[in-house]
Amino acid sequence: MNRVSPFFVGLLFGIGLCLSGMTNPSKVLAFLDLGGAWDPSLAFVMGGAIAIAFVAFRIAARRAASLSGEPFHWPTARAIDARLIGGSLLFGVGWGLVGLCPGPAIADIGFLDGRAALFVLAMAAGMALYSGFAAVPSTPGAEVALDG
Amino acid sequence: MTIDWTHFTPVSAFAGGLLIGLAAAWLILEDGRILGASGLLGGLIPPRAGDWPWRASALAGLIAAPLVARFLFEPAAASIEATAATLVAGGLLVGFGTRLANGCTSGHGVCGLARLSPRSLAATATFMGAGFLTVFLVRHVL
Repeated sequence: MNRVSPFFVGLLFGIGLCLSGMTNPSKVLAFLDLGGAWDPSLAFVMGGAIAIAFVAFRIAARRAASLSGEPFHWPTARAIDARLIGGSLLFGVGWGLVGLCPGPAIADIGFLDGRAALFVLAMAAGMALYSGFAAVPSTPGAEVALDG
Repeated sequence: MTIDWTHFTPVSAFAGGLLIGLAAAWLILEDGRILGASGLLGGLIPPRAGDWPWRASALAGLIAAPLVARFLFEPAAASIEATAATLVAGGLLVGFGTRLANGCTSGHGVCGLARLSPRSLAATATFMGAGFLTVFLVRHVL
């Protein structure tokens, strides 16, 4: 698979995160703080991103393979189960505690921010913990069922 | 509820969102992959032969973004107020939780919703709800 194109995807993604304000946890927390002075800006980030992605996925769905020839890696998981809801709950609590989700946290390393680096290290540790936990195969195919 | 009009930035938020959407469009159309930050990093833990280079490449681009963004506009630098203990606890929860749920804000919140996936809608409603509730508890109750 192409190794150069994903670099520019990451770059574009990160520049979008910087422009949108997602890289600033205090702005994210102001969005999540419905009980305080609410800053609704981040709803517009989702709106803009989904508008473009919606069209792209419609185009992709009608094609047999991607432009590079790599087949489409569509998510195979369909179930709305305890893993999905429990994992999302844990994620939401961590997000609300700090104001960082994975993409902006990783991008914030580029600001040479030590606190962001500490958060990403802990996040990687959480992922490693999960990998150990998932090594006991309870859900066949979980590894290929990536949503994102 | 009161809206904080002084910090409300709908134009740059929407424009940034368009760029995020373009990145997702590029990755699916060119490389056949769904853009998701937690999956990008999680797929490297542990790394798999043949699979890790594209992930490392995308993560390098993501980290390079603030440096490049400085030439284009004044990027919103991180102002992280959380203590080290909170950063570690939050990072562990985000890392473990996003892998358990197979996605985060980008994978479920942007790509999944754009694909009209009921699963991603359930995930997004759950993590946003948990985020709203956590901030409410931390700032107004505890």
